Amino acid sequence: MSDVLLRAVEQSSLRDDLPEVQVGDIVRVYFRIVEGNRERVQPFQGTVIRVSGGGVNRSMTVRRIASHGIGVERTFPLHSPRLEKIEILRHSKVRRAKLYYLRERRGKKARLKQRYETKKSS
Amino acid sequence: MKGILGRKLGMTRVFDESGVVIPVTVIQAGPCYVTQVKRTETDGYEAIQIGFEVTKPNKLNKPLLGHLKKHDLPPLRVLREIRVEDASEYEVGQLLTVEMFKPGDLVDVTGTSKGRGFQGGVKRYGFGGGPRTHGQSDRLRAPGSIGAGTFPGRVLPGTRMAGRMGNKRVTVQNLEVVRVDPENNLILVKGAVPGHKKGLVLIRQAVRPKKRG
Repeated sequence: MSDVLLRAVEQSSLRDDLPEVQVGDIVRVYFRIVEGNRERVQPFQGTVIRVSGGGVNRSMTVRRIASHGIGVERTFPLHSPRLEKIEILRHSKVRRAKLYYLRERRGKKARLKQRYETKKSS
Repeated sequence: MKGILGRKLGMTRVFDESGVVIPVTVIQAGPCYVTQVKRTETDGYEAIQIGFEVTKPNKLNKPLLGHLKKHDLPPLRVLREIRVEDASEYEVGQLLTVEMFKPGDLVDVTGTSKGRGFQGGVKRYGFGGGPRTHGQSDRLRAPGSIGAGTFPGRVLPGTRMAGRMGNKRVTVQNLEVVRVDPENNLILVKGAVPGHKKGLVLIRQAVRPKKRG
């Protein structure tokens, strides 16, 4: 019973308007950030290397290579009201749940094979 | 001073209007009955006794049942006393609900901390332990010196050493009430609260509210 009530509390802040993100996806995240007293939407594009947590705690970490080959990772709470929009640009063929190994790779070695929706079997 | 008894349900997080994540503990509190009012004239001090969780009559002994039956109260599992400034505001049989608190209030939450069993000084008191290298053996989690030499020739009472940790009454002060849900008797406070899930907690109005910056 106690767990039901806990879920009920979370239910109010859950969002169902965003697409289901999978590890390996290339996504473009539109996140609202507050700059002083101004608010603007900042896009962030990269590879999802981690999806963790459940319920309202669910979050994803997006990795992208910024200028000069510097890797930048940002973690977004997936139910945050500050998430404006998530665009999934493509899926990738991945064989593990967390893609931390991409951190040690750069350039051609850091590529992921694209996965097409039609090929998706089981 | 107002207070209510509840059970800790667990932690989660909520977002405020601007989207900032607030870690919260969900507590199912009340409804509590006022079971006895203690006045200075009769008892020497001002307090109320509140009861929580209706249970089966066979779970209580006869003196307790009689105490509750005197005022036509249901059998209650938990009875606790709360000091109040003026107990005349309360009367026996009155129902206390979470609605006594509103978002933004500061509360103190009292509970029994999780029992950790017999623990060493490193975990229990945050001792640093000994060096790991430079030829050390058996010193990694040692407590170090526990006192001087021939004088005083004994270990002073109260010296922090290994022993039973946790399972003690702990109060966390000045937690902010984030949300109150009278429908489900829920109250959400910001931050952690002592004890395990389903543990009994006492929520009271903060005795020493910190100044808001």
